[in-house]
Amino acid sequence: MHSVVCIKQVPDSAQIRVHPVTNTIMRQGVPAIINPYDLFALEEALRLKDRFGGTVTVITMGPPMAEVALRKCLSFGADDAILVSDRAFAGADTLATSYALAAAIGKIRENMPVDLIFTGKQTIDGDTAQVGPGIARRLDYQLLTYVSAIREIDHEKREILVERRAEGGVQVLKTKLPCLITMLEGTNEMRYGDMDDMFRAARHPLKQWDRLAAGIEDPNVVGLKGSPTVVGKVFAPKPRSQRAEIIETVDNDPKNLVVTLLAKVFTQHPKLEREIERLAK
Amino acid sequence: MAEKFDLIVVGAGMAGNAAAYTAAKAGLKVLQIERGEYPGSKNVQGAILYADAIEKIIPDFRESAPLERHLIEQRVWVLDDDSYVGSNYRSEEFNREPYNRYTIIRAQFDRWFSEQVTKAGGLVICETTVQQLLMDGQRVVGVRTDRKNGDVFADCVILADGVNSLLAKRAGFHEELKPKDIALAVKEIHFLPQETIEARFNIGEDEGVVIEMAGKVTAGMMGTAFLYTNKESITLGIGCMLSDFKNQKITPYQLLEQMKEHPAIKPLLAGSEMKEYAAHLIPEGGYNAMPPVYGDGWMIAGDAGMFVNGIHREGSNLAMTTGQIAAQTLIDLKTAGKECSAKNLKNYRERLDQSFVMKDLKKYRHMPEVFHKNSQFFTTYPELLNRAAHTMVKVDGIDKKSKEREIRGSFVQARSLFGLLGDAFKLWRAFQAR
Repeated sequence: MHSVVCIKQVPDSAQIRVHPVTNTIMRQGVPAIINPYDLFALEEALRLKDRFGGTVTVITMGPPMAEVALRKCLSFGADDAILVSDRAFAGADTLATSYALAAAIGKIRENMPVDLIFTGKQTIDGDTAQVGPGIARRLDYQLLTYVSAIREIDHEKREILVERRAEGGVQVLKTKLPCLITMLEGTNEMRYGDMDDMFRAARHPLKQWDRLAAGIEDPNVVGLKGSPTVVGKVFAPKPRSQRAEIIETVDNDPKNLVVTLLAKVFTQHPKLEREIERLAK
Repeated sequence: MAEKFDLIVVGAGMAGNAAAYTAAKAGLKVLQIERGEYPGSKNVQGAILYADAIEKIIPDFRESAPLERHLIEQRVWVLDDDSYVGSNYRSEEFNREPYNRYTIIRAQFDRWFSEQVTKAGGLVICETTVQQLLMDGQRVVGVRTDRKNGDVFADCVILADGVNSLLAKRAGFHEELKPKDIALAVKEIHFLPQETIEARFNIGEDEGVVIEMAGKVTAGMMGTAFLYTNKESITLGIGCMLSDFKNQKITPYQLLEQMKEHPAIKPLLAGSEMKEYAAHLIPEGGYNAMPPVYGDGWMIAGDAGMFVNGIHREGSNLAMTTGQIAAQTLIDLKTAGKECSAKNLKNYRERLDQSFVMKDLKKYRHMPEVFHKNSQFFTTYPELLNRAAHTMVKVDGIDKKSKEREIRGSFVQARSLFGLLGDAFKLWRAFQAR
C-alpha cells in the first residue's frame, strides 16, 4: 500500500484580520498552519498503514517555508515528504495547482506505484474543494469525495469500500484502486507521534522538486500563466447582523414597555401599523 | 531508541536558545526540547531587547533578526489619577548604529533565534513536554518526555524552562515559588498604522519610544507599567507583585483597563485595535530568593533561576547571558575531558558571580524588601509629586515662595520629616548596597 497525501500550508484564517483602512488581508504575523482538513486525510492514510503496512508520502506545492508543514507531517509518522517548489508555480489557481501536483505524483509513481491519494475535503483559505478532483481526473484515478470512513480494502481484487457523507444520509460506495479520496473533517483524530518520529522528522532529508524535477516541461501550464481564474475584487463583507439596541423605559411598568417597543417597531414598519389598525376596525 | 546527547536544553526561550546555540556552535551534540507549538509561541515579554547580550552570542544578529524599532527616547512617568509628572530623555546618540535597544515581538524573535540553533547544528524538538528529570542517584542523566519512547539521555541538562520551573521543583532542587517573590504582569498589543504611531510619538521610521510608568496606576501595589512602540503596534502592560494582587483583591486586567483609561494614555491608543493579550509571571525575588543554580549533571538558566533584575527591568539579557555562561561552562569541561559533576559545575556559579548578572542582583538584594514594606513609594509620593508640579505650573497670582512652602508643607504633612528622611535613607541604602 502506498498512499500519497496532499497537504497545503495555509495562513491560520482564524487569526487573519482585515486592515481597517485599506480593506486588504493582513497576513503579517499570522501563523502558517497545515490546512486542518488535510490532517484528517493524513491520519486516515497513517491508519491504513497501521492496518495493512506500506508507505505514506506527503506532498505539498508551496514556498520554501512549507518545509515546516512537511516536517510536521513526518513527525506524525509519514515516511517521506516532497516539497514541490518553484517560482513558476506562484499565483496558481486550482487548475494550475492540480496540474503541478498531478505531474509530481506522476513522478512519484515512477519509483513506486501509488494506490491511494488523499486530500482534505477543501482548504480553509481557498474553500474550493477543486484540487483533489482535478488531480484524480488528470491521473485518471477513481474519485471519492467527502469520505467519512474506509471500511475495507480488498488487495486481491484491488477494491476499496468506503462511507461517504451525502445529503440526507451516508452512501456506502465501492470502487477500484487506484483512487483519490477527499477526507471529511471530524472523522478521526490526529495521533501524537512518538519521540523517534520527532527525531526522524527533524533530521529527514527533505526532497525539493522544482518545475522540471516535477516533470513539467511547459512553463505556461503552471502558476499564474496556467491559471484562468481572475480575481476581480477583494472586499470585506458587511456584517450581517446589527448590534442589539437596549431600549429603556421610564419606569418598569410593562405597559409602558409595550408601548415603547411597538412605537419602535412601527417607525420601522409603517405598513404594519396601518394593517393592525385596519384589522382592529 | 534511547539516544544520548552531550547536552539537553529544556525550553526555547532566551536562556534556552542562548545555551543551545552556544553549545551547538561549539560542536556539542545538543537536543533542545520545547513544549510550545514553535519556539516563541508560549513566550511572553514586554518586550525590549538589549543588544549587548545577544551581540555577545550572535554578533551579526542585526542582519537577520526580526527587530521592530530601535529606541531613541525614554520617558519616565509618575502617575496620579488624572495627571503625571515625567521626564524624557531623547538623544541622536541612540540613532547612530549600532543601536543599543530594540522593541521586539517574542513570537517572531524566538523563532528566529531557534532557527540559528538549528543552523548551528542543534536538534530542536517542539510540542514535546519534559515531564521529569531522569536520575541516577543524585545525578541527572537525562529527561523523560510525554511522548512514547520519550526518554533521552545526556551528560548534562540545562533547565531553561521558565519562571515556574516545574522540573526543578519536581526534582527537589528548589521550593515552591512564594507570591512575594513573583510579579504578575499583563499586557496587550494594539494595532495602529505605522504612520499614526510615528506621528503620535514624534518619531521616524524604525525609531521607537519607551514609556516606563509608576505611581497610582498600580493602585498602591508594588509594580510598574510600560508602553512600547513596535513597528505597527503598541504594547502596553502593567505588573505588580503577586502577593499584592492577592491581598488587595484586584485583578490584573482591571488594573490594565484602568490604565488604558488614564487621560494621558488613552489618546495614545485612540483608534487602535487590540491584537493579542497575554499574562506572565516574573520572578522578582532577587538575589535573596535565588535557588541553587547547579548540581550533579544540571544547571539552571534564565527565569527558572530567578535571574531577573526587577529594579532595572532587565530579564531577557540576564536569561541570554546565564544561558551562554552555562553552555560555555559545559564546553570548557568537555574540552578538558572533565565530567559534569556538581563539583565541576560549581564553575558555572563562579562565572556568574564574576559577571554583571550576580553583581547587579547582589547590589539590589534589599530592594524587594524595602518596596514591600513601604507602599508609600507607590501611593503617597506619586500624589505629592503631581500635586507639587500642579502647584508650580498653575499661574494663579500666588508668589513662588509661598508655593514652595505649600509644597514642602504637603510632603511633611503626608510623611512627616522623619518619614521623609527615613524613606530617602532606605532607598539610598538599598541602591548603594554591595
